This record gives sequence, structure tokens and C-alpha cells, in this order.
Amino acid sequence: MRDLVAACLLAFGALVTFLAAYGVLRLPDSLTRMQATSKATTLGVGCVLLAVAVAFDDVGVRTKAALVVLFLFVTQPIAAHLMARASYRSGSPLWEGTVVNELADEEGRKGG
Amino acid sequence: MLSSVAEIALAVLSLAFLLATIRLAIGPRLADRVVALDLAGVTVAGMIAAMALLYRQPLFVDVGLAVALVAFVGTIAFAQYIERGAGK
Repeated sequence: MRDLVAACLLAFGALVTFLAAYGVLRLPDSLTRMQATSKATTLGVGCVLLAVAVAFDDVGVRTKAALVVLFLFVTQPIAAHLMARASYRSGSPLWEGTVVNELADEEGRKGG
Repeated sequence: MLSSVAEIALAVLSLAFLLATIRLAIGPRLADRVVALDLAGVTVAGMIAAMALLYRQPLFVDVGLAVALVAFVGTIAFAQYIERGAGK
């Protein structure tokens, strides 16, 4: 039973991580690519580590897996935020279909 | 059953790593490459967790933690570097 749950979590996590990679390859600009990676990796790799926590019957391993999940959930948004800011300020072109750019006035760049 | 699922998951994660590497190679800007590198690093952490399940070796989780840590620090460092104007 535990193995079945772990297998489902593992398959789901791997699939979501693959979708993140597909998104980073296909999406049009660096901000949308970041959107795909930061969300999908926290969910995808988080599920894989949850599978580890379910499969091993040991408190130490479960604590460590939970620690890695917590670490990812704390660090991945910070990294995405810093990269998004750096990417925007270094003048990366936005996708031509961008609807709203609330930073356009403050940063002195044209919206959309 | 779990080990065969782990093998398939490793194959899927390797494919994800390959796609991230393609984006890392084609860019076109430094920010895109750093995003792809971050994704590749986190994917490797996931692959190591899948290997922990495949080989029934819980020590691999520590390695995954170390890889995730290095990927995070690398991304932060590159973000500072790009923001100072080197990404233009």
C-alpha cells in the first residue's frame, strides 16, 4: 500500500517536472519561462521527495525528505523573484502578447 | 513495482534535464540560461531522490539536499551578476 502511494507520487512528480522543462523550452519570454519552472519544480520535485518520505519507514529519512521539501518551498520563490527582477532590469524583451506591465512607469520602460 | 516506476521516473526526469539543457544552450539571453540552469539543478535533485527509491538507499536524500542548495546559491549569485548590468 505504501509502495503504491509512493509510486503514484513519484510518477506524478516526474511528470510535472517534465512539464516544467517542456514549458521552459516552449514558452516565449524569460518571465513566462520562470513562471513554468518555479511552480512546477516545487510541486514536481516536492512530490518525488514526498514519495521518498512515504516509501522509507524511518523517522530520520522522513525528516530529511521533509526538510528538503521545506528548503525547496522557501528557496525556489526567492530565486524566481530575484531572477525575474534581474531579467526585467537587464532589459529582457517581453512577449508581444503581454497584457499588463505595472512596472512600466517606475522603471521607465514601455509596457507590453 | 516501486523500482520499475522509479526507473520510468528517472527516464522522464532525464528527458526533462535534456530539455532544460537545450534551453541552456540556445539562450537567447543570460537570464534564460540561468533559469534553465536552475531547473536543471532542481531536476538533478529530483533524480537523486528517485535513485534513493530505486536503490533503496536513503543516504541519497542528503546528496539531493546538497544539490538543491548549490542550485539555489548559484541562481542567487547569477541574479546579482545580471542585475548589475552584465546580462545586457
